[in-house]
Amino acid sequence: MTAVSLDGVRSPGAVQLLSPEGERVAHPEYDIALSDAELRSLYRDLVLVRRVDTEATALQRQGELGLWASCLGQEAAQVGSGRVLRPGDFAFPTYRDHGVTWTRGVPPLDMLSMFRGVTNGGWDPLQKRCAPYTIVIGNQALHGVGYAMGIRLDGSDDAAIAYFGDGATAEGDVNEAFVFASVFNAPVVFFCQNNQWAISQPRDRQSRVPIYERAAGFGFPGVQVDGNDILAVMAVTRHALDRARAGEGPTLIEAFTYRMAAHTSSDDPTRYRHADELEVWRLRDPIERLKVFLARQGLADRQFFDQVEREADELAVVVRDGVRAMPEPPSQAMFDHVYAEPHRLIEEQRRAVADYDASFGDEVHA
Amino acid sequence: MTTMTMAKALNAGLRRAMEADDRVVLFGEDIGRLGGVFRITDGLQKDFGEHRVMDAPLAESGIVGTAVGMAMRGYRPVLEIQFDGFVYPAFDQIVSQVAKMHRRTEGTVPMPIVIRIPYGGGIGAVEHHSESPEAYFAHTAGLRVLTPSDPQAAYLTIQQAIACQDPVVYFEPKRRYWDKGEVDEQVDALDLLQVADPWRARVVRTGSDVTVACYGPMVRTCLEAAEASTDASLEVIDLQSLSPLDLDTVIASVERTGRLVVVHEASGNAGLGAEVAARVAERCFFTLEAPVLRVTGYDVPYPPSRLEEHFLPDLDRVLDAVDRAMAF
Repeated sequence: MTAVSLDGVRSPGAVQLLSPEGERVAHPEYDIALSDAELRSLYRDLVLVRRVDTEATALQRQGELGLWASCLGQEAAQVGSGRVLRPGDFAFPTYRDHGVTWTRGVPPLDMLSMFRGVTNGGWDPLQKRCAPYTIVIGNQALHGVGYAMGIRLDGSDDAAIAYFGDGATAEGDVNEAFVFASVFNAPVVFFCQNNQWAISQPRDRQSRVPIYERAAGFGFPGVQVDGNDILAVMAVTRHALDRARAGEGPTLIEAFTYRMAAHTSSDDPTRYRHADELEVWRLRDPIERLKVFLARQGLADRQFFDQVEREADELAVVVRDGVRAMPEPPSQAMFDHVYAEPHRLIEEQRRAVADYDASFGDEVHA
Repeated sequence: MTTMTMAKALNAGLRRAMEADDRVVLFGEDIGRLGGVFRITDGLQKDFGEHRVMDAPLAESGIVGTAVGMAMRGYRPVLEIQFDGFVYPAFDQIVSQVAKMHRRTEGTVPMPIVIRIPYGGGIGAVEHHSESPEAYFAHTAGLRVLTPSDPQAAYLTIQQAIACQDPVVYFEPKRRYWDKGEVDEQVDALDLLQVADPWRARVVRTGSDVTVACYGPMVRTCLEAAEASTDASLEVIDLQSLSPLDLDTVIASVERTGRLVVVHEASGNAGLGAEVAARVAERCFFTLEAPVLRVTGYDVPYPPSRLEEHFLPDLDRVLDAVDRAMAF
């Protein structure tokens, strides 16, 4: 087992507006003003996203999903950054960013459909202003930059946000995305969730310097934020989006957080990390932190928290029943949308499969 | 009709496509002020502006990856990869994203991207500048692959590729860039889709004894072979669309000639010729008078230029295969 120093998880310089104990703290550069109702709705989002994640993990263990990539522990980074996007902005998430897709209005069942294996997508990206989950590490960073270049060509004040993790910062595509964004002054925000682990590899296997510092070499600002502090994440992301809209170019945000679960349901983190690391991060839980803040400030009472729990219970039922009820796609579906225009080879094979299936007559051909 | 080189025909086709649709943007290395290393985009930045003809950083994955994002924003990027051997850094974005995005998004996000790649040898170049990587792309579902063989085809098909809602990898036979031909610039490539369907093979010379299927730079070679052939009458077919392949045109010809020779510069192993041969064998088993023969580059890395004449199929090697087919 690799010995992991707890020094590796300390981030003294990260922007913070809410301490792990739920105390509001001031920062000289960043702040955010939110109404009481908004603060409560953030808590609701976090709880509901975590509940979807918990149900999905269970459904995978029951064999209802082929795989699940849990966002446990990263909800504040995802929901916080997603909530400050405008409707016209466009998000480019990874396969773990369920909190982001939630804020774009993607129904939870649509997030899960890919993991059940009934589709490779799940929603209409142009309608939700949210790209499909990208599985190849770092590919989507370039898509976000290209989209932002298109925004500039349009003369619009929309912005794009590209999500990736600490592991992706080693990928060529992410570094090329930094170059293209910089030289074309693209209105894009790079949102890196440094969850400390790229499957089994710690962050120091990806970079010798803090991730946010790498932005300087590409010619744009980088900022590190406490990724488990939803208020700080919102403040920092909104500031970066404003810069993008104002024509000031890209920003790299490093949200310092932690992957509380395994990489995916196929992974066994006990082989490479200590349980005490988890204990440290459990004390920094993003939801508990906001809950304590809301309660201490008198912004939410027991009744509110109970009501959110009830809503989460109802959502859990929708998720469990909905996943099991997803229709099996017909064999012909594999030929759909391979091309936008007619394609003779696809049509030939589509007919051949239909004829083959029909040759079984009343027998069911699996 | 105007006489022009293939390079000029491509330039004219790009110009016309940019005039027809202001969402068409060109993106690539050195394509702006320089006009591209082969000058295919010569003058286009001057006439359409830097926002429509953009010089890219020297990063192929970046060029293709950002084009995916531009396409999602509603643009129609036309990309230039400087040389065949430099496309590989972009292979991941092409195969994992460009080819699959439309399918992944269940038809909601088309990828109208054209990836232009000068390809093939015969120009005495250094390593990585003479390759024929078309089979990699023809093998990838979700991509279309086109390659013109003469100026008129180049003028039409580049416009048709740009108008296509699917991604097209467009291979330009660089040693034919300076070949001249007649081009009808009045013809509208889009109205012509019915009569000049880019996804159909073209019978470029009729004959009765042996069908010779080829594409790109080899079309001229095969036409010269047909001209030189004294013993056998050759029907030369320019496949033009490598994905999807138009086997119907090839099969209709083979049903008359009974013999087929497939010619390409790329290595033979698992190449386009193997696919053509297999599918013709499936459908023409009883009409074939001889096995389908292939004349291709050898299964070696593209050799140093002093050796390339031994590697590349030429008139003699085509006629040698024709003789073997006739003798069977």
